[in-house]
Amino acid sequence: MTFLDTLRIAIRALLKNKMRASLTVLGVVIGIAAVTTMVSIGQSAGQLVQNQFETLGTNVIVVMPGSSRRGGVRQSGAPSLTADDSDAIVRDCGAVLASSPIVGAGGQVIYGNENWSPKEMMGVGDDYLTVRNWRVAAGGFFTGQDVDSGAKVCVIGQTVVAKLFQTVNPIGQNIRIKNIPFRVVGVLERKGANMVGDDQDDIVLLPHSTVRKRLYGSAFNNVHAIMVSARAPEQMATATQQINVLLHERHKISPGAPADFQVQNTTEIAATLGIITGTMTLMLSAIAGISLLVGGVGIMNIMLVSVTERTREIGIRMAIGARGKDILRQFLIEAVVLSSIGGVIGLMLGIAASTSVTMLINAYSPAADWPIVVSLPAAAVAMVFAAGVGIFFGYYPARRASRLDPIDALRYE
Amino acid sequence: MALIELRDVRRVYDLGEVEVHALRSVTLNIELGEYIALVGPSGSGKSTLMNTLGCLDRPSHGSYLLDGQEIVTMTRDQRAEIRNRQLGFVFQNFNLLNRTSAIENVELPLMYSRGISGRERRARAKEMLEKVGLGERLDHHPSQLSGGQQQRVAIARALVNRPSILMADEPTGNLDSKTSREVIELFRQLNQDHRITVILVTHDQNVARNAKRTLVLRDGLVVEDTTDFARAVRVLHAEAEDEDDRDGDSVADADAHADLRGVAGADAGNDAAITAD
Repeated sequence: MTFLDTLRIAIRALLKNKMRASLTVLGVVIGIAAVTTMVSIGQSAGQLVQNQFETLGTNVIVVMPGSSRRGGVRQSGAPSLTADDSDAIVRDCGAVLASSPIVGAGGQVIYGNENWSPKEMMGVGDDYLTVRNWRVAAGGFFTGQDVDSGAKVCVIGQTVVAKLFQTVNPIGQNIRIKNIPFRVVGVLERKGANMVGDDQDDIVLLPHSTVRKRLYGSAFNNVHAIMVSARAPEQMATATQQINVLLHERHKISPGAPADFQVQNTTEIAATLGIITGTMTLMLSAIAGISLLVGGVGIMNIMLVSVTERTREIGIRMAIGARGKDILRQFLIEAVVLSSIGGVIGLMLGIAASTSVTMLINAYSPAADWPIVVSLPAAAVAMVFAAGVGIFFGYYPARRASRLDPIDALRYE
Repeated sequence: MALIELRDVRRVYDLGEVEVHALRSVTLNIELGEYIALVGPSGSGKSTLMNTLGCLDRPSHGSYLLDGQEIVTMTRDQRAEIRNRQLGFVFQNFNLLNRTSAIENVELPLMYSRGISGRERRARAKEMLEKVGLGERLDHHPSQLSGGQQQRVAIARALVNRPSILMADEPTGNLDSKTSREVIELFRQLNQDHRITVILVTHDQNVARNAKRTLVLRDGLVVEDTTDFARAVRVLHAEAEDEDDRDGDSVADADAHADLRGVAGADAGNDAAITAD
């Protein structure tokens, strides 16, 4: 008996009891749909996190001041980093593409009779946009010369443009911060919200030297942080390593002594967040998997009933030469056909459900932009899983059928 | 070498507390092309012998050579293959698959046989159904056929894989006398024209009469093995009388008694008919 013959017999046997078959299938449909939905939404969330990290800048490494000890006093966030460190990093570390010092600032921005307090105002280096993988939408960015001279120039984000300049082209206009006029040389591209929902376009960028000298009136060369980007994602670890070695040397930290800086790279954070979303997905899928299990038990139940009902048929088949494995295969294929049909329908239902849920989230929370994920491998896994459920739960009834004694089976009323 | 050689075949059913000796000791040979009737009262072991010969059951003791092959030591699957290739079964209640057309029922043994294409299967099934006179009813389902037609489908199914032996268990038990005669005639033709060995179990003396050799069973033993049907009937009759004398108050035995009386009576009637001729 060929596989096709067996399949035909199985389908025909199922069609003889359409209502029963469809109810059995329903159990698997619900299970597979639940698992598919959970996996899809979980993957969508994971991808959302991934996208957010990409808006932060690809391959970004952040060097922060660490704790320092001065005269027995331990202090965190000591001003241990300088703009020279930043220059040295980009000069000496081969895996580093660009580096920019970061100096935090704040305050009100005034243009004409409009004023606005942007969420972020910072002093950065001329390579900042390279580090953040960002571009200007209009105008340009300040140059190395602007940074060296502490020029009174700035670049503003889209939200700031909207708040201050309704109709006027901002390029070339002067805005005032702490009564100091800064010329707007460029407008940044829109970047959208970050993963915690903060508007990243509500930003004013100034040369870091300008912030230090003109806003703080400081004579020191300290910066709050250094933002570095590696040449490629694979070089993140190398770059981190090189920065560590370089700064240990520059800061004259003896081996074993605590460093006065720390190097964080975003892929590590991304990986951690990835693990968290992955675990959540797994947990939700496991809960959804329980319904698949129940669907499987439904198949087993119906197959047992079917074997009992068809005892005589089994006897006839055995009498005319069906071997145990022929009978086993027939019932097993019947169970697998049931579960696979459930798998296909459940998969389609699951894709539809996860798509609409994602669309609903996007519709009702404006800041969110969840990607719609239909993962082909997940679909394949769901199908294999469905068939597996059929085999697992169909095996016992099928084996029972195959072990029947032909004489008893023929006599069965 | 005989087609079938049984040597001291015994079958004991272990029912926990009691052991039932369905076959005590049977030794017999059957040659290719024989036509044999197994007769005997209920519980005489004829069904067990039939199931043993049909490789559905395995003796608990002894040796069964079918076409030189030892059946007793075979696995279930090997016996299934023997049933598929060497044996054909016809049952009292036809045992066709419901909601499955006549031709598909007949194709079934070929499906369990290796290396037969779908086209050949269909052609052979059709040919076989035509042979038993059902060429016009290939796609009828059992429920759309009369009892006689159903039994002919069953016979076609039994023969489609060209077995050497046809086993029939009360083949006319559910048929009226006219269709019974048709089925008996079919068996006779198969035996005479196609050299198919026919072994049947029956209560119906009109069926048994057609066989060339009759085995009378009682209490798990073959008590008579003869080609003289009249002699077999006499032995049966004597057995019945004997049983009647011994334990006539048992309900089951009373049934068996009535059954055999029927056979004997029919036989008497038939004898009378012969005399009249």
